[in-house]
Amino acid sequence: MTVAARISENTYVDSMSLMALSTRANDVDGVNQAMVGMGTDMNKQVIESVGLMTPEVQGAGRSDLITVVDLADGQDADEVFAAIDALRATGPGAGTGANASFRSLSQALREDEDSTLVVISVPGEHAAREAKSALQRDKHVMIFSDNVSLEDEIELKKTAHDKGLLVMGPDCGTAIINGKGLCFANAVRRGRIGVVAASGTGAQEVSVQIDALGGGISQLIGVGGRDLSADVGGIMMLDGLDVLAADEGTDVIVVLSKPPARSVKDAILERAARAGKPVVACFIGPSGSTGPLEQDGVTVVSTSRDAARTAVALDGTTLDGGSEVDLTGHDVASVRESFTSGQRYVRGLFCGGTVNDEVFYQLVAELDDVHSNVAGDPSTRLEPNGKSRAHSVVDFGSDEYTQGRPHPMIDPTVRAARLVEEAADPEVAVILLDFELGFGSNPDPVGAMLDAIEKAKATADEAQRPLEIIGYVLGTDGDSQNKARQTEQLHQAGVRTVSDVIELGALGAAYVREGRN
Amino acid sequence: MSTTLFDSTLKVVNVGATSFKDDLEAQGVSVAQVAWTPPRAVSPELEAAMDTLSRPDIAAKIDAANQEVVERIISSHPVLVGYEKAIDVVPGMTKETILHAGPPVAWENMAGAMKGAITGALVFEGLADTIEAATELAASGKITFSPCHEHDCVGSMAGITSASMYMHVVKNKTYGNVSYTNLSEQLAKILRMGANDQSVIDRLVWMRDVFGPMLSEAMKIAGEIDLRMLLAQAIQMGDEDHNRNISGTLLLMQKLASHLVMTDFTNEQKKDVFAFIESSDYFSGPTWMAVAKNALDAGHGVKNSSIVTTMTRNGYEFGIRLSNWEGFRWFTGPAQVVVGPMMAGFKPEDSGLDIGDSAITETFGIGGFAMAAAPAIVPLIGGTVDSALDATKDMLEITTTTNPNITIPILDFRGLATGIDARKVVETGMLPLINTAIAHKDAGIGMIGAGLVNPPFECFESAIIALADAVTSD
Repeated sequence: MTVAARISENTYVDSMSLMALSTRANDVDGVNQAMVGMGTDMNKQVIESVGLMTPEVQGAGRSDLITVVDLADGQDADEVFAAIDALRATGPGAGTGANASFRSLSQALREDEDSTLVVISVPGEHAAREAKSALQRDKHVMIFSDNVSLEDEIELKKTAHDKGLLVMGPDCGTAIINGKGLCFANAVRRGRIGVVAASGTGAQEVSVQIDALGGGISQLIGVGGRDLSADVGGIMMLDGLDVLAADEGTDVIVVLSKPPARSVKDAILERAARAGKPVVACFIGPSGSTGPLEQDGVTVVSTSRDAARTAVALDGTTLDGGSEVDLTGHDVASVRESFTSGQRYVRGLFCGGTVNDEVFYQLVAELDDVHSNVAGDPSTRLEPNGKSRAHSVVDFGSDEYTQGRPHPMIDPTVRAARLVEEAADPEVAVILLDFELGFGSNPDPVGAMLDAIEKAKATADEAQRPLEIIGYVLGTDGDSQNKARQTEQLHQAGVRTVSDVIELGALGAAYVREGRN
Repeated sequence: MSTTLFDSTLKVVNVGATSFKDDLEAQGVSVAQVAWTPPRAVSPELEAAMDTLSRPDIAAKIDAANQEVVERIISSHPVLVGYEKAIDVVPGMTKETILHAGPPVAWENMAGAMKGAITGALVFEGLADTIEAATELAASGKITFSPCHEHDCVGSMAGITSASMYMHVVKNKTYGNVSYTNLSEQLAKILRMGANDQSVIDRLVWMRDVFGPMLSEAMKIAGEIDLRMLLAQAIQMGDEDHNRNISGTLLLMQKLASHLVMTDFTNEQKKDVFAFIESSDYFSGPTWMAVAKNALDAGHGVKNSSIVTTMTRNGYEFGIRLSNWEGFRWFTGPAQVVVGPMMAGFKPEDSGLDIGDSAITETFGIGGFAMAAAPAIVPLIGGTVDSALDATKDMLEITTTTNPNITIPILDFRGLATGIDARKVVETGMLPLINTAIAHKDAGIGMIGAGLVNPPFECFESAIIALADAVTSD
């Protein structure tokens, strides 16, 4: 046992800090045991009892700092003292600068009385309890969490409705309130088009398309995917319509959802007709793009593209071109002819649920034998976690792919592996990818997929197959990821890009469709 | 239908993922973050009890009772009136009685530190010649063991109090009740920490023959010392007066000094007493325990109240009392592990479990409940001054009101969090925060560290179930 002691005369450090320092000093390399303390009788007694007493320690005064260590064999004492001094200089809490935070929602609401909105992203089984306590304190609520029970959702929304409050969600991924993006939202221009949406990426797509067309968003209210079910009855969609109708900052309203239950749809159209301002009702469904239809004073559309275009036009902006997708410039004929005889299929690998749905409906309208992991019809539904069949689109944000891992908008791992796998399939001609930008998403969504894109291209090259990868960047240049920069990365990687979801589906179908130019 | 949401500046409370907070702050939105943790799973019995207690008529009854309790705690005015031998002043004390910390506990279940202290005390009292003989005597059934709390006392750590030890005598000028606690032994290797060698016994003898009598005589000259005022000053001087007592000790010594010098002892003896007091900042530690006990006892025994008037541990169990039950109905759960820095040469596995009556300080609102007042000891809670501020603010979640007589400057002179409401502990799942010393798990060694601990949830659970029963059965 090699005991080394150092006495720093007239050096005061308070005892509690020293006890903590001693504990950390025991972990220094080359130290079997260490004690740092003032030269008090109590400390000397402790040092004696652990067998580290030396004449220097014995002679230390009460205002002297003792550092005494039992060194490992061959360990230099000065090095150890220097390491302990370094620990003392940093202190246990140095640099953490922890922000004050609250232990419970009720504490936060009591101490922060003028807050207006509570955003909840705790595990689903606990979300309703937090939402209830927020409503009790008359706060609007956004519930990002999913897995909230239907009963809880109904109860929360009824309570909120009676109090004139909004409950956005459960499972609400996107909202923009007073120009501020919440959860997964994009940096879009502030304007006079209000959106109330039951779909997260659908709302993102409509808002970035409105932005791209020169329009802007007044408010974007999410209501969660189940709001328009017959059980919930569209409570928040109706309330959202009402608050946008009453909002002086909103001139045009877009309502966005999958096709709802008949009774709910009627209620919404009836309420929309009384809004006192133009309403575009977008029910994204299998009908494909049929162009805007007038119905009881409400413009009904079935694609995000038509929703955005119609809303911007109603807001007074004259648009170039029609609502038809223009594929000139995409070399449809020459690309199609370049494929080998076995390359027949298009595969879509998507992060956005509504992107997946819209592309699926596009493909179904144009091609036979189209499958998806989220298809309603069992005959066209892919096995959970199963392989693609013929034309397939996969929503990587669905439960089977997100159990116990982050959403693919954040973590590209699963989709990246699948991309490489699809590229190795000799029947695959075209692969479609989406890249969502904005708050909450991966800081560099394209960058995170570049390795996989390269591998996919290399795999096809080796097999001497042309492979067409088409990417759609859902976002704006105002998003921190920057749409222009993301697009540029795709071009450099040999990926063709399109300007909206409908173009993505249309082009994918065009490249593999037989017998047409 | 219009909405307030669009008419006011967006201000968000974020419950969950902090990335959402970061994104909002980047957009200039003010965000309060809730560091959310899953709620505790509660038993059906507890849920039923909480349902009962939240019925408006019952809740109103409890709220009114609690109001009376906190008024009594806050308006209590503890003063030091003397130092006397336990046998002369402590109710129910006999020569064969040993008082200990915590709820009742049988000899065979006692922690190492408590057994070490008991055997040392038996030798000190002359009831046994050796520690071995004392161990035999303690196990024989001839010695009466009883909790300090059941004799108007509190005892630090093992809390071992025997007949000839000198006690603080603290009187409540408002309500008249008297509380007692013994004297600080100052060092680490001491009886209350479980040590019992000859140096420990010798010190106890000197305390009995010189230190105690001199303090007693000084107080006869002084009359009384206003402890509530001293405690208020000490908290403003950076103590929390459970683990940091330096200001309190200086203030108390300042009050005692002129009287100590006037006693009939030799200068040599006076010098020894002054040096002994100087040897540890802990001299006044027990004093503040007695102050807390004195105020809380005044608030005890108010029917229908859910306020915790005692939290205490014996190294085997943690026990609480609620004001509702006059006398000594204990609700207990297993004693917990204290987590914190250790003295040189000791490891966490050497630690005895949570022990001592000193959690009476947290019950009153100082100690762990006033960490914000004592930034110098934030290393104890392993973090930053911010974390100490947060911890202190958190305690408002489980208490009834604040005590305007004792305030914390850095929290804008907010009063101590006062009146732990067992209902709120169960509702929030937030447990009282206690900072405390760590004794070795074996007899005969002493203090080996200091740290933080929470009570077990079980004692609050059983108390609330019993309270629901009590308030509905009359």
